[in-house]
Amino acid sequence: MSMLQVSVYRYNPETDSAPYMQEFQVDTQGRDVMVLNVLAMIKEQDSSMAYRRSCREGVCGSDGMNMNGKNGLACITPLSEVVKGGKLTLRPLPGLPVIRDLVVDMALFYKQYERIQPYLQNDTPDPAIERLQSPEDRDKLDGLYECILCACCSTSCPSFWWNPDKFVGPAGLLQSYRFLADSRDTATSERLAELEDPFSVFRCRGIMNCVAVCPKGLNPTRAIGKIREMLLANAT
Amino acid sequence: MSNMRSLTFDAIIIGGGGSGLRAALELAKSGKKTAVLSKVFPTRSHTVSAQGGITCAIASADPNDDWRWHMYDTVKGGDYIADQDAAEYMCSEGPKAVFELEHMGLPFSRFDNGRIYQRPFGGQSKDFGKGGQAARTCAAADRTGHALLHTLYQNNLKNNTTFLNEWYAVDLVKNANGDVVGCIAMCIETGELVHVKSKATVLATGGAGRIYASTTNALINTGDGIGMALRAGFPMQDMEMWQFHPTGIYGAGTLVTEGCRGEGGYLINKDGERFMERYAPNAKDLAGRDVVARSMVMEILEGRGCGEKGDHVFLKLDHLGEEVLGKRLPGIVELSKTFAHVDPAKEPIPVVPTCHYMMGGIPTNVHGQAIMQDEDGNDQIVNGLFACGEAACVSVHGANRLGGNSLLDLVVFGRAAGMYIESALNEGIEYLDATQSDIDAAMKRLNRWNESSGGESVPALKAELQEIMQSDFGVFRQEDNMQDGVKKLAELRERIANAHLGDKSNAFNTARVEALELDNLMEVAEATAISALERKESRGAHSRYDYPDRDDVNWLKHSLFFPATKTLGKRDVNFTPKTVDTFEPKVRTY
Amino acid sequence: MVTNITNFGRSGLSDWLLQRASAVILALYTLFVVGYLLLHPNLDYATWSGLFGSTWMRIFSLLAFVSMAAHAWIGLWTVTTDYLKPTAIRIAAQAVIILAIFVFLVWGVQVLWGA
Repeated sequence: MSMLQVSVYRYNPETDSAPYMQEFQVDTQGRDVMVLNVLAMIKEQDSSMAYRRSCREGVCGSDGMNMNGKNGLACITPLSEVVKGGKLTLRPLPGLPVIRDLVVDMALFYKQYERIQPYLQNDTPDPAIERLQSPEDRDKLDGLYECILCACCSTSCPSFWWNPDKFVGPAGLLQSYRFLADSRDTATSERLAELEDPFSVFRCRGIMNCVAVCPKGLNPTRAIGKIREMLLANAT
Repeated sequence: MSNMRSLTFDAIIIGGGGSGLRAALELAKSGKKTAVLSKVFPTRSHTVSAQGGITCAIASADPNDDWRWHMYDTVKGGDYIADQDAAEYMCSEGPKAVFELEHMGLPFSRFDNGRIYQRPFGGQSKDFGKGGQAARTCAAADRTGHALLHTLYQNNLKNNTTFLNEWYAVDLVKNANGDVVGCIAMCIETGELVHVKSKATVLATGGAGRIYASTTNALINTGDGIGMALRAGFPMQDMEMWQFHPTGIYGAGTLVTEGCRGEGGYLINKDGERFMERYAPNAKDLAGRDVVARSMVMEILEGRGCGEKGDHVFLKLDHLGEEVLGKRLPGIVELSKTFAHVDPAKEPIPVVPTCHYMMGGIPTNVHGQAIMQDEDGNDQIVNGLFACGEAACVSVHGANRLGGNSLLDLVVFGRAAGMYIESALNEGIEYLDATQSDIDAAMKRLNRWNESSGGESVPALKAELQEIMQSDFGVFRQEDNMQDGVKKLAELRERIANAHLGDKSNAFNTARVEALELDNLMEVAEATAISALERKESRGAHSRYDYPDRDDVNWLKHSLFFPATKTLGKRDVNFTPKTVDTFEPKVRTY
Repeated sequence: MVTNITNFGRSGLSDWLLQRASAVILALYTLFVVGYLLLHPNLDYATWSGLFGSTWMRIFSLLAFVSMAAHAWIGLWTVTTDYLKPTAIRIAAQAVIILAIFVFLVWGVQVLWGA
């Protein structure tokens, strides 16, 4: 049998007083397709099914969701990786308000991203060509700049669940360190001053869910550790 | 809908990809009241998928590099229907735009001397084709588009640009004089409809690769800007010119950058032969994309394809070694493992030519102003309407785009449009306000969907459209098939006009968005089909079995598709660059 | 920057550092006490009382008590800010915690130096 049983979180604010799980039978013809393909098949059965998607190759970060209990990108998660006992359960990313079905309101997530001033700041005049950067200094940005803002990490982080308005969260902190680590950025001390309160960085408890779920294989916990080191070096 | 809320801006930019964000940045810095309206959060735009890099003569890999050589390559790559004044503008302004990106923080890869890393890409030469292969594509590993898009978004945040994220533009609003004075837009989250009033409306809506069944394009690339402009009655230029990227992953369609071949990878057939040596003895695997894609199809048709069905070829990378792959092509390693179940350090990647880029689009000048033709065939500016990026046809790509030129196109012409609009706004723009009937006209098709009570479903019609385009307007084309395709599309148009939107709810109704997108796909497909049928020659990406040769006597021209009559006209190609001699059309070999 | 007036050091960094320093002290103290008990299987009251009669042990113990107080406050403050969202309840809980820590601290000092 190639029928896959899919249980999907449904909620339409116009018609539903509370969210519920809806069961679908999807014929995958035995192929090991991606979860996103399964969602497209469900949408053909029920056009009211809402989810975000764009690049379908894991670089745009639209389709972060919770699949059988673990956050990830639907477009690069093959069924063989998540399905257990012929059953797939799809829920929206945890910890953010649900707009409809699998679509969450990411405003808090984006707010924390904006808070760390995610742009290069350099107070010297722009040269006529590019600013030079050694390959070694450039290497320091690897594992940081690749973040796609899918929110899989921050929405799997208990510290972010409890304090999404105060704790920057793993995604924002990874980007914060991306600029702290950039040899071209001159706002290091201003950036650090914004982070040394008890919430922004220090609410990280090292649970490392972020590392476990990042679909790009990035390591926010390590970046947070580096920020702590910089704060410590700066203040002692 | 007289109770519709209205929003007023100096400039509204529809589309939050590379060109839209670059235009917005320019306008935000100038203090003009600007908004970016995007159907997805900006960093989800398709620019994010660009891999290999941004081609530009910044003289890093080769200190003697010259933008004129880049311009020559671009004009030749476009099979001589690129506008030479536009190519001149792009290639000469390019370094400025790329250095600006670096100053904004784009994490380019670096050479040992600290300058921006550049890699060889297809169709690049030194000294006007006489000095061998050039390395002119500036790269951030193989994630250049991602790095570029995020950098632009970040700098828009820095400059406090207004964003209308997850808003969908339904149609343009024209006043009684035919000037574009804004658009109707829908907030996807709430379903609210808004009349956006603006003195400048910029279509930066990207491409429409989703008219094909197999494409490297994101699911959102549905040609919304092209559809809106066509419905508003504006002509489209060179819509027959669709680039098939040689290396889409077989079966999945995801892109494998040309940078793989730039770093030393090459294509092999089932006999393990590096077949491009036969088709392009000099440039080999780094010939123009159209040339490589056709060669691959020839190999497959002649029975030298790989796999059980012999319907693809292999891209060999294992000889580059894990270190180069990890450092220069990490994203490709990831994608091939995910979508082809292949580790490129050990095995070759199965690839097949896949729809990738729309060279055609809304005809514009270098300032991004949309152009139409008057009755005498003279160019005429469309007041209030601008386009940039893939949606526009400036035209710098002519009949075939060179790899790495799309990102340059985005930033150069996004910036140019922003600068022009700023100065135009400073001089003062006054257009007649739209009347209720003008607004009603723009609401027509949305109302049609909202009132539909039965009919065929959107996904099935979309799949049918994509199959027609795939089978009748692919890499090789011929009269019979295309005529058949045009006929089938005409029937499909009728069926889409009677199709059904089942879900009429307001909150985040993606079914409604997909229905509106289907209309746009239909417009793009029809313009493509008729243009392809009528251009009776082979040039660049447009290859016909029945007209295998380039015809410079009749077709050294842009094609211009007129939506009202569904006919094809012609428009002169610009051969008068300002600071260099004209590149005269020559036989194009690599 | 998130501002706070109820946390210990007014800075996440100092809280973080104190939490770690106090943990080290508490670990050393625990190791010492457990080790002492293991090395004195037939411990009587006089020996035990004698140990706490020496000045260095009193100072070491006091250090451990103060560390305990700081450690507990930082930890419990964090817990209250994580889980107690209504302000009134959170402040009340924090007041109770502070009072308890204060009482235990004074009591400890009394035990050590009072006799």
